[in-house]
Amino acid sequence: MARIGVLIETNENSVKPANFGVLTAARGAGNEICAFVLEGDATAFQDDLKTYGVSKVIAVGSNDGDFSKKPDLQAASLVAAMKNFEITALLALSSSRGKDLLARMAAATNSGLGLDCIGVDLEAGTCVKTYFAGKTEATLKLSGDLFLCAIRPNAIEETEAPCDIAAEAFTADAADDGKLVIKEVKTSDSGKVDLSEANVIVTGGRPIGSKDNFSILEECANAMGGAVGASRVAVDSGFASHAMQVGQTGKIVSPKLYIGCGLSGSVQHFAGMKTSKVIVAINNDKDAPIFTKCDYGIVGDLFEVVPALTAALKK
Amino acid sequence: MRVYVCVKHVPDTAANIKVVGGSGFDESVKFIVNPYDEYAIGEASQLVKKEGGEVVIVTLGKASAMTTVRAALAIGGDRGILIKTDKQFVESDETALILKKAIEDDGGADMIFAGKQAADSEGMQTCYRLAANLGMPVATEVVGFSYAGGKVVVEREIGGGEREVIEMTAPCVVGATKGLNEVRYPKLPDIMKAKKKPVNEIDAGSLKVDAAGLVELVALEQVPERSNAKMLEGSVTEAVDTLVKLLRDEAKVLE
Ligand SMILES: Cc1cc2nc3c(=O)[nH]c(=O)nc-3n(C[C@H](O)[C@H](O)[C@H](O)COP(=O)(O)OP(=O)(O)OC[C@H]3O[C@@H](n4cnc5c(N)ncnc54)[C@H](O)[C@@H]3O)c2cc1C
Ligand SMILES: Cc1cc2nc3c(=O)[nH]c(=O)nc-3n(C[C@H](O)[C@H](O)[C@H](O)COP(=O)(O)OP(=O)(O)OC[C@H]3O[C@@H](n4cnc5c(N)ncnc54)[C@H](O)[C@@H]3O)c2cc1C
Repeated sequence: MARIGVLIETNENSVKPANFGVLTAARGAGNEICAFVLEGDATAFQDDLKTYGVSKVIAVGSNDGDFSKKPDLQAASLVAAMKNFEITALLALSSSRGKDLLARMAAATNSGLGLDCIGVDLEAGTCVKTYFAGKTEATLKLSGDLFLCAIRPNAIEETEAPCDIAAEAFTADAADDGKLVIKEVKTSDSGKVDLSEANVIVTGGRPIGSKDNFSILEECANAMGGAVGASRVAVDSGFASHAMQVGQTGKIVSPKLYIGCGLSGSVQHFAGMKTSKVIVAINNDKDAPIFTKCDYGIVGDLFEVVPALTAALKK
Repeated sequence: MRVYVCVKHVPDTAANIKVVGGSGFDESVKFIVNPYDEYAIGEASQLVKKEGGEVVIVTLGKASAMTTVRAALAIGGDRGILIKTDKQFVESDETALILKKAIEDDGGADMIFAGKQAADSEGMQTCYRLAANLGMPVATEVVGFSYAGGKVVVEREIGGGEREVIEMTAPCVVGATKGLNEVRYPKLPDIMKAKKKPVNEIDAGSLKVDAAGLVELVALEQVPERSNAKMLEGSVTEAVDTLVKLLRDEAKVLE
């Protein structure tokens, strides 16, 4: 059994639930897991993490001061932590931050890197990711100093494996070159569920017709604790913000349930949601291509079907 | 300033990809400028319009990638560099070393733009590796860019409706994504003009890059489409009631 590192994404003092699938992947057939957090006190995360088989949680800092605004220093500190704890494989969540940090680590060392992976085999040293906009899956064998792999949110189902946990802090001997700094984080649609981490997504396409009409999708999504997405046409027509776009040029998502309302089923849209567990299509054209690539379909006008679905969910 | 834009020659995203021999694909499909790289070309052109200088398109690919260099030059840019290789696939690490060498040999960069990811192999890492090779800072998934007095400020989308505002020293590497600008689709005169722009063809081998070999493609498989969707019939109320029941009891994706 190997010792595997997992970079944990936190939100104030809690662990984002999307990490639990990554921990499950890291555990594999019984690996020892060290979790790394980049903010807060390690003890704050113990309870969340021990449920998923983490035996040690390490809060990483640097002796070059606060690194919260310095991603290069975070990456350098993580590289130092890997060395200190004798870890050669690190998994993370393939979120914007996770991808960014792992890529910085890979570039700073001499390491193979797989981002947005949908599977990993730590014993074989391979990861699985999609190529050609979801049309194919590639298995890649990575080599180099570290094995770095970021897992697409929700791609791996979480399973619990409670164990004892210890917490400690690690201060890395690392320095920043001062060439890059995060000045601020702007929030536009605050309070909204992050699409890529949502368990349920209800998406609207071209026929939605206006920004206001998205409210019927929001009500439906709210009834399931989900988030709302949009096709590129809906975004480009100004009905939805770019942050809501799903697809090849938008977010890659993999929720348990994806409900597409008024989507034709384009290749580029599917590139962003093909690995959803269950896909439902609502379309008024019985010959729409989406009906050939979904699990459940309803032929009908979305303006009737979606409100009826919301009502049925609330029953 | 001299601004480089890294442009990859990729199969059209709408093309039907047929896997051949377990690790290759039928290359007789239409190839295009990697969609994200179009935003990079647009931003580089705007920067040079403001600051003066030239935009150079750099592509590593087979000889057939010349079509992509020309297509890129029709969108923007003053000249091109095509680094030719016979290899069907060059991994990100080696790609970044080759791009670095070609850019340095050409005179060096005051700014580098690229896409956030290649639409074919979706590696999402060439920008980072190129930046590290050149000792430059890097940011990707960039949707906002400004340059003033040797400093670059970018906005980067990070999900959940949040954007990071990042300041970097120039030169740096910027990985563009949709939202950075509106892609200007070239008109016939642009295409004609692009044919006359100089393109320097060099052989990847002549750059004598020594890459470690960090990735090996073990298998490439077609992903089957889902088929046999269950169509829910009846009145709207009946159909949605059945759907909710199936999602709860059969698919078990709802509580
Ligand atoms: C390089 C590139 C990248 C792209 N990236 C993306 C991407 O990231 N995301 C993305 O989504 N697209 C992307 N696209 C665009 C993509 O090709 C499609 O054009 C787009 O996804 C279609 O959006 P749609 O399904 O909303 O609209 P349409 O294709 O117009 O489909 C609308 C559907 O709604 C149905 N309909 C109409 N009225 C109703 C009604 N009242 N009730 C129910 N159904 C109704 C119609 O029957 C039709 O099937 C990209 C394209 C390119 C070339
Ligand atoms: C079918 C298939 C098989 C493969 N087999 C192998 C294999 O056996 N071994 C292996 O090591 N790799 C293999 N690859 C991986 C792949 O070739 C490289 O990872 C890839 O070329 C580098 O791009 P990327 O996806 O990392 O680019 P990204 O990092 O996603 O690209 C980001 C940006 O970098 C720039 N860029 C990237 N590549 C170029 C380029 N060539 N020229 C100019 N700019 C560029 C562009 O601006 C692009 O938008 C395979 C890929 C495919 C599709």
